[in-house]
Amino acid sequence: MQNQDEIQRLKHVVRQLLDEAKQQGASAAEAAFSVDNGLSVSARLGDVETIEYHCDQGIGVTVYFGQQKGSASTNDVSTDSLRETVKAACSIARYASADEYAGLPDPELLATEFPDLDLFHPWDIDAEQAIALAVECENAARGFDKAISNSEGATVNSHQGTRVFGNSLGFLQGYQSSRHSISCSVLAGSGDNMQRDYWYSVARNPALLEAAGLVGEKAAQRTVARLNARSLSTRQCPVLFAPEMASGLIGSLLGAISGSSLYRKSSFLLDSLDTQILPDFVRIHEQPLLVGGMGSASYDAEGVATRARDIVSEGILRSYILSTYSARKLGMQTTGNAGGVHNLIVETGERDFAGMLKLLDTGLLVTELMGQGVNRVTGDYSRGASGFWVENGEIQYPVQEITIAGNLKTMLRNIVAIGNDVDLRGNIRVGSILLEQMAIAGE
Amino acid sequence: MPLTEQVKQSILAANSLLPQDIDRVMSTLLSAPVDAADIYFQSSHFESWSLEGGIVKEGSHSIEHGAGVRVVSGDKTGFAYSDRIELPILLEAANNVKAIVRQGQQARHRIQTADSWPQLYRPLNPLSSLADQDKIDLLKRVDAETRKLDSRIEEVMVSLVAAYDNVLVANQDGSLVADVRPLVRMNVSVIMVENGRREQGSMGGGGRSDYSYFLEGDRAMDFAREAVRQAQVNLQAEEAPAGNMTVVLGPGWPGILLHEAIGHGLEGDFNRKGTSAFSGRVGERVASDLCTVVDDGTLPDRRGSLSIDDEGTPTENTVLIENGILKGYMQDKLNARLMGVRPTGNGRRESYAHLPMPRMTNTYMLPGQSDPEEIIRSVKKGLYARNFGGGQVDITSGKFVFSASEAYLIENGKITRPVKGATLIGNGPDVLTKVSMVGNDMQLDSGVGTCGKEGQSVPVGVGQPTLKIDGMTVGGTSL
Repeated sequence: MQNQDEIQRLKHVVRQLLDEAKQQGASAAEAAFSVDNGLSVSARLGDVETIEYHCDQGIGVTVYFGQQKGSASTNDVSTDSLRETVKAACSIARYASADEYAGLPDPELLATEFPDLDLFHPWDIDAEQAIALAVECENAARGFDKAISNSEGATVNSHQGTRVFGNSLGFLQGYQSSRHSISCSVLAGSGDNMQRDYWYSVARNPALLEAAGLVGEKAAQRTVARLNARSLSTRQCPVLFAPEMASGLIGSLLGAISGSSLYRKSSFLLDSLDTQILPDFVRIHEQPLLVGGMGSASYDAEGVATRARDIVSEGILRSYILSTYSARKLGMQTTGNAGGVHNLIVETGERDFAGMLKLLDTGLLVTELMGQGVNRVTGDYSRGASGFWVENGEIQYPVQEITIAGNLKTMLRNIVAIGNDVDLRGNIRVGSILLEQMAIAGE
Repeated sequence: MPLTEQVKQSILAANSLLPQDIDRVMSTLLSAPVDAADIYFQSSHFESWSLEGGIVKEGSHSIEHGAGVRVVSGDKTGFAYSDRIELPILLEAANNVKAIVRQGQQARHRIQTADSWPQLYRPLNPLSSLADQDKIDLLKRVDAETRKLDSRIEEVMVSLVAAYDNVLVANQDGSLVADVRPLVRMNVSVIMVENGRREQGSMGGGGRSDYSYFLEGDRAMDFAREAVRQAQVNLQAEEAPAGNMTVVLGPGWPGILLHEAIGHGLEGDFNRKGTSAFSGRVGERVASDLCTVVDDGTLPDRRGSLSIDDEGTPTENTVLIENGILKGYMQDKLNARLMGVRPTGNGRRESYAHLPMPRMTNTYMLPGQSDPEEIIRSVKKGLYARNFGGGQVDITSGKFVFSASEAYLIENGKITRPVKGATLIGNGPDVLTKVSMVGNDMQLDSGVGTCGKEGQSVPVGVGQPTLKIDGMTVGGTSL
């Protein structure tokens, strides 16, 4: 149940800001106000370690003087502070250069329908209960295997918030949402052979969280599996990205087809609209209105209506990812992606994880990547990796201290298959991805 | 102390909070048998200006303030914060957080608060150090002059940011200490095109100063020339090699090696908990005897420096590794107390809304004896990595990466062809044991580093002389 009083309270402040902007001479303005409250507790070695009470609010305003733009934000919502914040934004706008592409969205693109996306499920949990749950989670991890030697603890988080956005075109909307999680990280082994891994569960509705004990067991299982890891010799081989890593690969693709990279010409996928960028079996689509989805929203950060659409079908890039500004720079229309994508879904093949391992046959399964070695301009890709060496579809031994390298342009084209072992926890839903070949560097 | 009075004025008086109000909140915190308690007040001003496509198309400004209330009992911490600096709210926060303390805990720990320390930077407000029109003119001038440097330049992006941070720490012994922290940074990046090939270069710098820093000696254009030079090199770069080879790291920013490979692993919290690959190894050899590494928060005006840390402890020059032997860890108050050592002034937090923990300041290796050219001459076949992007470490397994953004092949003692950026991977506890030559050319970075740990970002510095490492894995594509 959305608390309309709270939404109204925030709307009142946003309206005040927009009025103030008009009074100070702005020709157009938009403003957002968000309030978040939360509890976070962690337990380590069987006892509570931290209790944190979170309480954040932030308000931001962007003003336009014709084609000149300025922004300002504050966490102080007193009337004086709001006036000062608008003043700061106006002052910046007066000094900024006129930009013919700057401005609010076209009015006809603003959202007019606001379905209940079922994003708000407050968790009736106090600190004591959260501690008990964290302890249960960590105990399950520590009791899972004799090899578990130490712990970084388990954490239970519960957050809820209210967001309101409005602009001088008359758009003023708000909604509440929640986000809860349980996570656990433990160590196995000792000395030079010490490993750590983690697992987490996240949901908008606490009833949909994985059981605390299960989260702990998965964390322990993943950690123990990494013991006695070796490096590999330098070689070329096929690489299977586990689902958690595959979403990063898709994230790099999204970065390269997002408007801000394109108009700055800092993308390895310039001018690739309507061209083949992936094998023809790949379909990637955005589903912003999924009920209860982690990325669901009926309007974007500018109030523009989101809509379901194909971004890639038959391997062909059908749509960029655009905000009003980047769209105008490119001579196109916004795709409702100011602030990012909303539930990006990569259609899966028929194989489960075991089937994907069989298809990999002999090669590297990557379960962790390190560092930022992705060059968006050239597509050059080189990152630290750990995972498992696989032979004849069976995991042989854990692997660490290697790098995997290639170029994203060819990596994307050389996707062999996508598994149905989808990771549903994030905004990008994708299963494991098998690449034909990458360069592995090791000992 | 006038600085403390100034900050009390700007934070407490501005919110109608009296000194006795702080005492009330503190007494509430101390009514439970806690080991330590503090209240952290903060007021921050921030602005950014950015230029692209030849115009200064946006700027932003933000003001934030708030207070964080913490109690510590044994290894347990209770924490709450608010963006409203008001007595009833702070009292409620204090009542909430002391619930972490249960019966039977030990009595309060006596903490000694230093009463004087050097001010490492001037208490400037950088936002008002230059008229807005002059900030715009600076960005436009850098853009125009940069475009003249090379006809292959397609896009120039310049950004200017400044922060002005006032903090006030109230400790359980009744002490109240303040710091005023200016911070500025400028970045220039260029995209260059030749024969359809597109490459970028970027360079930036800054420190705890005001905008005049960029005007001294034409520093702004030095960044621009360096960004252009890097893009020029990258346009010529060939595929990077893959495999294990001798690596020579250039001076300055490549010191990110030290930050990732050993710095994080030597933070007190990981070692107190026994989760670091360096746990329990003080007194052992972890590097060749050529290596002495320090974390030094006391360098004047540096990006990573602090006069006092976020717990009110004056920063220090802490020796981490001396002639190859591990000497000690970086500590905040909680971990120092639990490990029975002194805090080293490394207790840092991103803001009032975050808990402090042991963090680095400026981490660097002291200079050695070798001439950098002699180091290159000594390598038959290897990689010379001159510039880096970011890095990351797994403190438990010790594995770390950092990504070269400008690198060359070394063939028969000479730097030959430029190669594309590649990730280098190694093992923290043994990478420095393979250091066989240390240059006499120690340099600190230009002031661009930001370190992330458990979701909190803080500004840091790194530095090192030219280093030769006998064997690291280079993640190129050319087998």
